[in-house]
Amino acid sequence: MAKGGAEVPRLAGGPAGWISVLIPAALFAWFAQFLGPVAAGETPLIGFDWVPSMGIRIEMLIDGLSLTFALLITGIGTLVTLYTTSYLGKHPEYPRFVLYLMAFMVGMLGLVLADNLIALFVFWEVTTLSSYLLIGFTSDSAKSRRSALQALLVTATGGLALLAGMIVLGQAAGTYSLAEIRTMGDAIRDHAHYEAILVLFLAGAFTKSAQFPFHFWLPNAMAAPTPVSAYLHSATMVKGGIYLMARMNPTLGGTEPWFWALVIAGGFTTVFASFLAIRQTDIKQVLAYTTLMALGALTLFIGAGSSDAIKAAMIFLVVHSLYKAALFLMIGIVDHETGTREATDLRGLARKMPITFIAGALAAISMAGIPPFFGFIGKEFLYKAGLEADTATLWITGTIFAASVLMFVAAGISVARPFLGRLPERFKDVHEGPLPMWIGPFLLGALSLFLGIYSDIPEIWLVGPATDAVYGAPVSVDLYLFREVNEAFILSMITFAVGFFLYLGHGWLRKVLARIITANPIKFDPGWDRVLDGLKATAEFQTRYLQSGVLTRYVFIIFATFAVTTGFTLWAQDALNFRLDLTAELDGLLFKHWAVLLFITSGAILTALTGSRMTAIAALGVVGIGVALIFIMFSAPDVAITQLLVETLVVVLVAVAMLKLPHLGLRTSEPNRPVHAMLSIAVGVVTTLVLVAVLQDDLDLRLTEYFNATSYYEAFGSNIVNVILVDFRALDTFGEIAVVVIAALSAYALLRGTRYGTIREDADTAAPSTTEDRT
Amino acid sequence: MMNSIILNAATRLLVALLLLFSVYMLLRGHNLPGGGFIGGLIGSTGFILYAIALGPEACRKALNFEPQNIAMIGLGISLGAGIYPVFFDDAFFTGQWWFIGDRATGDYLPISSVLFFDIGVYLVVFGSILTLVLALEEEV
Repeated sequence: MAKGGAEVPRLAGGPAGWISVLIPAALFAWFAQFLGPVAAGETPLIGFDWVPSMGIRIEMLIDGLSLTFALLITGIGTLVTLYTTSYLGKHPEYPRFVLYLMAFMVGMLGLVLADNLIALFVFWEVTTLSSYLLIGFTSDSAKSRRSALQALLVTATGGLALLAGMIVLGQAAGTYSLAEIRTMGDAIRDHAHYEAILVLFLAGAFTKSAQFPFHFWLPNAMAAPTPVSAYLHSATMVKGGIYLMARMNPTLGGTEPWFWALVIAGGFTTVFASFLAIRQTDIKQVLAYTTLMALGALTLFIGAGSSDAIKAAMIFLVVHSLYKAALFLMIGIVDHETGTREATDLRGLARKMPITFIAGALAAISMAGIPPFFGFIGKEFLYKAGLEADTATLWITGTIFAASVLMFVAAGISVARPFLGRLPERFKDVHEGPLPMWIGPFLLGALSLFLGIYSDIPEIWLVGPATDAVYGAPVSVDLYLFREVNEAFILSMITFAVGFFLYLGHGWLRKVLARIITANPIKFDPGWDRVLDGLKATAEFQTRYLQSGVLTRYVFIIFATFAVTTGFTLWAQDALNFRLDLTAELDGLLFKHWAVLLFITSGAILTALTGSRMTAIAALGVVGIGVALIFIMFSAPDVAITQLLVETLVVVLVAVAMLKLPHLGLRTSEPNRPVHAMLSIAVGVVTTLVLVAVLQDDLDLRLTEYFNATSYYEAFGSNIVNVILVDFRALDTFGEIAVVVIAALSAYALLRGTRYGTIREDADTAAPSTTEDRT
Repeated sequence: MMNSIILNAATRLLVALLLLFSVYMLLRGHNLPGGGFIGGLIGSTGFILYAIALGPEACRKALNFEPQNIAMIGLGISLGAGIYPVFFDDAFFTGQWWFIGDRATGDYLPISSVLFFDIGVYLVVFGSILTLVLALEEEV
């Protein structure tokens, strides 16, 4: 896929390539300076005011958790962008790709560093949108467009739930600052809206981190170019949900609903994904499902919530990011050089691609959890935390045992299988990938070994501070490779034995799993299509009925809705319970009132009965002018002038439009006429009742008094109406004039569009002949 | 377009009067009935009259600018008047006032960002209505 633009000569990505590598590298160096202070227990806050009047401040909260994430994002980001210069550097759209990748990186950094919940949400959506663009990068493929849209819809729906949850949480806590919220855990957990907050937050986290039943989008997202899979869909973006859960643990965690929701969803995702992983033959898909498994395990252990469990989750987070990014990049090199990712075809590549093999092997050994790699420590601590859990011990330990065994098998499938054995004839001419490509996986793999041997480095700088931040209190973190033969160690040995035998028989295992999975009637991915089809059908249905394009029907629906809802409200609110002294009211009317009344009613009657459109418009204008007269009588000259001018303009506008339309002679024979008459009477009656009901109470003059008192002294204007429009409520007025412009431009486009539409049709009919000429 | 000599002759006079009147209405709006919205409506009736009497082509020529551009410029002026106070540590759309002259004796000219906001409203209403009317007239 990357070879499409080979005829465009460009030096491995050009300036876009080097810039894209330098930015994350510089950021990595900048974040590294916080390692010392954070390890010493400080939490620097760096920021500026964004919307001060609403208390929204952009602030970076640097603690163990966010710093670990920031270093992973920028560190892996550097290696991935370097890799991309070779992988996609010759692609004609490469600069666009780099732009999306950088946008994503900024979004992801913002997400993990934001102190304000609203800012966190904005960055959360930035990652969703840039992920959409990156998955759909090969936009000429229908599959990749579908995957991109699916990922967008699933994660953005979760994002909306998250926004709602954040607002409820912000209201409950009285602040949007995470630094403050995380100290208020007990108050939030006892709050009446705790359950609502929890459900909304988990909806956001589960969709983002692809927890069952929202898991289906992640394997599909592998339609993206390999660097994207390595970066977004294993090391960073999908961990956004994990980050959120970890961040919220001190605030929302520790309750029964939290525990069971995370432990059950996480555990189920873990086991379910492990089996699906073994079933795949495409190595990228194997890795995609093991990522799902890892996300499930992280959810499970954050849910379990004990200090050991949090510690295990944080170790595994780092372990997984390192080896999974390396493995994705490795399979990308294999794909780039051989053109296939099928585990059943690839064999014996170790001789042709030794460095790639070493890089992949280092990562795979860490994934399989073999000592002295960092992955071994991760697995040991997962087992230890599982065995020591107070509740659901068997479920957690069993889940993680099954996952570890299957991870061992998956590691074998993704590295031992393609690189070892006899080299088939068709791969004779394959050669090693270029340096910018293998350096990333090689470094990450080597780091997996290094951090395992020198385990006090991650202990002091990364895992320790991160665990403190997630647990909400200092936890002693002491990482070690081997100390004694305990239950966890024995379980590890059993894992290796079972895993080794299953790897030997994985061809048979895959067939059995394939049969079981095909027999299972519940399928999420096709189910997704069903949901989308349903949505489209609903949209079509309501468009056909509500947006029919017939003006009469629109007006009918609007007025019928008004009459029914307002009438019902009047009745339901008991507002009709008033006494009206009609004779006294009529006695109070002066001659001028009667004149205006006669003026308006005769205009209205003429509008309804005339056979000519022009007469109807003019008569309607008479009604409007009558209303303007009423405004003048009750001393509202501004409103009266506006009314008068608008009436004049409407008559002119409609009259111009109507010059083209046919005569109205046939109108009386319309079958709907009695219905329309009834509707207009109903609207008239309801409106009258509303006005009379309103006048039953004394008019509330507080606003009038306020503006009377302030408009001259604070806004230097004595015309209150205008001062309100341009000063007190200027933002509203601005919104209104924006709507006026939009309406005018839309109408202009509609009027002109018909003319250009005919031109475009001509072009369309001309188009086929030109393509024929070419072929 | 109507070929009427009386209308043609009257229009030339009326357009000038209506435009002058519209600016008068715009400027007095802060203390007396008037303002940008009413001013814009009056101003546009002037040009509508011109378009009816002399045709939309002549009207566009007299306008010199595309009416939709006038509306957009108006929107920009209003937005600018709203953003301006932000640079002085005030919230959006807070009125900023300058009193040119001596305030104590009452011999001064008050100018404000609110006035520019109102001028923007005037141009938006003026431009939008003319966009609509001219497009309609050319269509018919």
